[in-house]
Amino acid sequence: MSFFAKLFKKKKENKKEFFDKGILIFENTLEVIRAEGILKEKGIKVKVVGPPPEVRRGCDLAIEIPIVESMGIIKILKTYKLEPLDFIPYNKGQKLLKPVNIFNIKDFGKYLMVRAANMKITVDKDTLTIVNISGGGCPDVPFLASKLIGLNLKDAPQPKELGHTLCGYALQLAFDKVKELLCFS
Amino acid sequence: MFLITGIVPHEDFPLILGKTELKNEALKIDTLEIPVERGTSALISASIKVLEYFNKPLPFVFLVGDIGKGNGSKNLYKSLAEVIPKLDPKLITFHYILPDVDGCLKVIMSLEKLNSKPFLIADAGFMYVVKMAGYANFFDLFTPDIGELAFLADEEAPHPFYTRGFLLAEENKIEDLIKRAYQYKNTPQYLLIKGEKDYIVKNGKILEIILDPIIPELEAIGGTGDTLTGIVSALIYIGFSPEKACSLGSKINRLAGALANPTPATQIFEIIKYITPALNICIPDKIL
Repeated sequence: MSFFAKLFKKKKENKKEFFDKGILIFENTLEVIRAEGILKEKGIKVKVVGPPPEVRRGCDLAIEIPIVESMGIIKILKTYKLEPLDFIPYNKGQKLLKPVNIFNIKDFGKYLMVRAANMKITVDKDTLTIVNISGGGCPDVPFLASKLIGLNLKDAPQPKELGHTLCGYALQLAFDKVKELLCFS
Repeated sequence: MFLITGIVPHEDFPLILGKTELKNEALKIDTLEIPVERGTSALISASIKVLEYFNKPLPFVFLVGDIGKGNGSKNLYKSLAEVIPKLDPKLITFHYILPDVDGCLKVIMSLEKLNSKPFLIADAGFMYVVKMAGYANFFDLFTPDIGELAFLADEEAPHPFYTRGFLLAEENKIEDLIKRAYQYKNTPQYLLIKGEKDYIVKNGKILEIILDPIIPELEAIGGTGDTLTGIVSALIYIGFSPEKACSLGSKINRLAGALANPTPATQIFEIIKYITPALNICIPDKIL
């Protein structure tokens, strides 16, 4: 916990603790050390930790990272040919978190909108053109909208290739779902 | 002073603090120009339309480029914490930013130092991080959509992506989600819940549900939530009570949407054009 977090915890003890971290699990210790070096060099707040027994898979070390930045961090590591076995949103003593798995689908006749968590994508059913992206709050959302609107669903890059945050990831889920509904059904 | 802070989706856009104006469908800050798209630029543009209508000073904006990598956001948190005490704003609207609890706490600490606490509105990423940090009730107004309300109602979720399924499945039970969000102190005093119907809530009690005009297509259009937050922010800044501002803001935003005769493919700048005509209809005498 950083200096500011400690300071505020003391000041307002009634405040609850949210878990805003997750851990990256690797095959071996060497990979953990390499990943730590790469991420620290990029200015990302990371910490080497021992993974809890229930999620231990490979080596006995893991890297704790900010949960919101998980998608971008994994992308950085992949560019160094370093791929974690898994990412687990987790804080010691608390329950594991699971990504959203409920989709809200709205049919506007000519258009279909799919929402996953806070992200919505709308596609023209006839032409398969992505016509709108709405919702979300992380900074890659307006960026993703500017890159994807107007493209054909079949040819468009996947949001996870361009995005860096959990909102980008939620958009990927909505993107996969709308593709499943319009391209494979 | 009315301050709006958020991000611009261009990686090289510098950190900038300044007065802004809307010209030829673009925002101008000093020599820089930002196209009016969904996100913080839509929020600012909607605010400007309201302030121009009432002939009030235009907002100051504090913006930085960020495409999700977080570098711009980190810079913005740090700079906000330094600048807020010098600006002493009357109202601040916090918008898109990469959630970072430590950065948010620095900003809150700087707000606590002010002699007079500004009216604080949070939407998008800043709303997420304020909830994550446990400081929702330090703010005055959140403007979530229904998915984000489920996130506020989930005491365990650090981001809407991890909202638990049983809460998302209960989206038609808005009253239950509101009750739960207030129970866990994940809300400020006021909530404006944006959706097919807009809910105005104070301390857990629904004050008003705005239904008309119902334009279902608006939900699909990226930026309609941003314009609503921008309109309401400006109305509060010029002196409307939060309840009245939320009620009027919801009606103005819906009416602007209706006047644009939208489809789900309509883009937000086409709706922003109709905010002034909607103001003319909703507040013709310009009296508070």
